Amino acid sequence: MSLQFIVDGMLTGSMIGLGAIGVTLTYSILRFSNFAHGDFMAWGTYATLAAVGAITAMFGKVAPIAPLSFGWPLIVALAAGMAFTALLALLLDKVLFSRLRRQEQAIIVVMGSFGASMSLRSLLEFIFTSRPTYFSRAIQIAMPVGFGIRITPDQIALLLLTAVLVLGVHLLTTRTQTGRAMQAMSQNPALARVVGIDVAGVVRVTWIIGAALACVAGVMIGILVQIRPFMGFDMLLPMFAAAILGGIGSIPGAVLGGLIIGLAEAGAVQLIGAEWRAAVSFIILMAVLFVRPIGLFGVRER
Amino acid sequence: MSEAVLDVRDLEAGYEPGVPIVRGASIAVNKGEIVVVLGPNGAGKSSLIKAIAGLVPISRGSVLLDGNDITAAPAHTMVRLGLAFVPQTENVFPLMSVEDNLKVACGILERREAPTRIEEMYAMFPDLARQKRSAAGNLSGGQRQMLAVARALIVHPKVLVLDEPSAGLSPKFVSMVFEMLSAIRKSGVTILLVEQNAKAALAIGDRAYVLVEGKERHEGVASTLWDDPIVAELYLGQRPLKREAGGAA
Repeated sequence: MSLQFIVDGMLTGSMIGLGAIGVTLTYSILRFSNFAHGDFMAWGTYATLAAVGAITAMFGKVAPIAPLSFGWPLIVALAAGMAFTALLALLLDKVLFSRLRRQEQAIIVVMGSFGASMSLRSLLEFIFTSRPTYFSRAIQIAMPVGFGIRITPDQIALLLLTAVLVLGVHLLTTRTQTGRAMQAMSQNPALARVVGIDVAGVVRVTWIIGAALACVAGVMIGILVQIRPFMGFDMLLPMFAAAILGGIGSIPGAVLGGLIIGLAEAGAVQLIGAEWRAAVSFIILMAVLFVRPIGLFGVRER
Repeated sequence: MSEAVLDVRDLEAGYEPGVPIVRGASIAVNKGEIVVVLGPNGAGKSSLIKAIAGLVPISRGSVLLDGNDITAAPAHTMVRLGLAFVPQTENVFPLMSVEDNLKVACGILERREAPTRIEEMYAMFPDLARQKRSAAGNLSGGQRQMLAVARALIVHPKVLVLDEPSAGLSPKFVSMVFEMLSAIRKSGVTILLVEQNAKAALAIGDRAYVLVEGKERHEGVASTLWDDPIVAELYLGQRPLKREAGGAA
């Protein structure tokens, strides 16, 4: 068996993990499963693509930063895409989720998110068609790094970016007043209000973080695979599996869950064939939940 | 009653529209006092102070804090307005450390003031200082109550409002909690509390109200209230309310 699956699995795992952070935060703080989260990914990616187009139109073709396949326009466009996705999530919360939340029944919000997911996806197909597209068609040469493993410069850069973002979000949620407010909201929303936490503010921060990271995950898929309107929807089940596997509410858990599922999928492709890819993550998920129903880093509700 | 820090007038409140649980209650708490609200089960004691704290919708009446109208202000603005509320149960964040439980309440303090206030709370409650790194969920019932009170005090409230601070505590901890409240009052904090444990609460209180069916029916000096025959009747419900009301008229 080739050890290449480690690199492939870590990359898939990073995309799943970044997406799962948003899923786990939405679930623990807003208390519903957001099925539109995958579509935030796709919208973020298309927004980034459009921003790259706009920058290229203004400044002409920009040479990539050697040895990467992309130049500064993609980096700037990614920041714009993250901001756009965050605004999209806030808008959706204002017009849809905040109204549904008032009914105080999670299932209504979940169904609403399902509707939002389908609408967002169809709108994307309408605007951009369902034909796949790419940030760059340039082919990168993978460098051998020993043990039969090869990795491209883009892949290294994206793994580093993931690590930085995960660390940043982890520090934000554990070391800052905003993060403590988020924890408080997830543990006891009524008490959070009593101690002076503005619930609306925490809700906004939750959407912004989740959506911005979804955009990054989507752009990673766009750089390494391709851009399609269904790209985010296809990630939905692995993201939920990762969030549950890691323990709902835990950011390190979501990322570790993503990596486990990514690695298992990549390994399974080699060992038993690509058609089992999706099944593997769920077998792992079920196995973990049988042994530890609260997930790896989960905590029992008191 | 011009010196009242907290002045509740003719308050009507309840969870559902048209079904008031608090029915025209009026109470006042003067500066530096401990005021106790007593009453039989289901009298609306908890609902009354939750309504004051912005947690139960108010349909009529007003709540004045230091002369400012805070009626139905959003619950999260109450600490800024000077009212700190300690709920009866689930009043700490169980998965956060003791220190983070205190820090999370410091949002309205100046950034530089927060560490000083936390140290002051540790000096006041040495038990908490010893356990600052452990999860609040692992504290004993009495220590949780201390943490909840410390978290409320940290923001210099004008009035501290507590919902049955002795609920669910063993007798040893009950007396500890009441001694703690007595000490807090000596430091100049005004306190309003609702209690099921009437005897212990009256022992530390200055004045008390007896709430029956959502309205205060009797008010008196805490130390003599327990011996008042009317209170026993109201409290134990031996005499029907209608006759009581008719007799008073």
